[in-house]
Amino acid sequence: MKIILIGGGKTVYFLAKHFTGEGHHVTIINRDREESITLSHQLDATVLLGDGSDPEMLEQAGAGSADVLLCLTSHDHNNLVTCQIASQEFDVPRTIALVNNPENEEIFRKLGVPLIFSSTRIITSLLEEQTDFMAITNLMAVAQGKVNVTEVRLPENAPVAGKSLKELKLPEGFLLATIIRNGEVLVPGGSTILEAHDQLILIGQAENYTDVLRILTGE
Amino acid sequence: MNIIIAGCGRYGALLANRLSSLGHSVVIIDRQENAFKALSTEFSGFTITGNAGEVSVLRAGKIETADCLLSMCNEDTLNLMVTQVAKYIFGVPKVIARVYEPSYESMFRKFGIEIISPIQLALEAFLQALDLDTEPGTEAQ
Repeated sequence: MKIILIGGGKTVYFLAKHFTGEGHHVTIINRDREESITLSHQLDATVLLGDGSDPEMLEQAGAGSADVLLCLTSHDHNNLVTCQIASQEFDVPRTIALVNNPENEEIFRKLGVPLIFSSTRIITSLLEEQTDFMAITNLMAVAQGKVNVTEVRLPENAPVAGKSLKELKLPEGFLLATIIRNGEVLVPGGSTILEAHDQLILIGQAENYTDVLRILTGE
Repeated sequence: MNIIIAGCGRYGALLANRLSSLGHSVVIIDRQENAFKALSTEFSGFTITGNAGEVSVLRAGKIETADCLLSMCNEDTLNLMVTQVAKYIFGVPKVIARVYEPSYESMFRKFGIEIISPIQLALEAFLQALDLDTEPGTEAQ
């Protein structure tokens, strides 16, 4: 494959290293003279010094016969316009843009750049998933920590939402004591169906917690 | 008219002053607050410090109800993004970009954006002042 990478920094370096290692033909367009020189020494890739949003530069980089173009600069307007030019002027089959401002994801799609990734979005969602998982609070330890009382708050997309307790098959030695739903306290039975945002009060032996949390969070 | 101007450089500021003194409601956007010093006392519109490439900044400038957006930044890609967002996403009725690099003119045309190229205009004015034909390809005569 012929791949054009536009931008700089570690991401471009490691991507280029990976692609050349896999036998792909890589061309990098970089704006910084010193960085371009370093990249050309470090990589088995063609490095061009210049502005990737300049059609002449894209022409020189062989955009006309490229299979993929990745635009990874820190400026969304450059990434948008470069991908637009690559696909409309040079018929590059796949253009991928870095979207720095997550608000721009929709804009890029509407303006004809469907393949995008947003590092801000990726990190935010990682963090949110993590925070959902962290919605587990140890309320108290009984019998020198052999038994724990724990609260688990089910996230929006909890895989167990809509399932009955019978279906869940919580491990032995574990009790779902109470469900707090919209401020109301429910005493659950086997046919009780869990909902997103439920607060579950669990009592059980510490060593079984991992299994229970795995079932509840779907991890 | 409700007019948004992106970029308060020399052209942006002059336009803002003039349009404002003609009685239009002008919002001018620039990344640098310092840039607004170029506005004169004629200017009675609003200034927004921010990047016109951000939709939230354009929304703060009331792009939904704007009659006209002029993108006067000194970066063609930024002008091309701002004008496309204004025209195709918000449906602003009149959208014009200032072209910075004359070689970029064709790109604006390809994306259906109306342009004004100060360099091209100056070039033609010079040629006219010299009484030379301004048709491309005939200048050398």
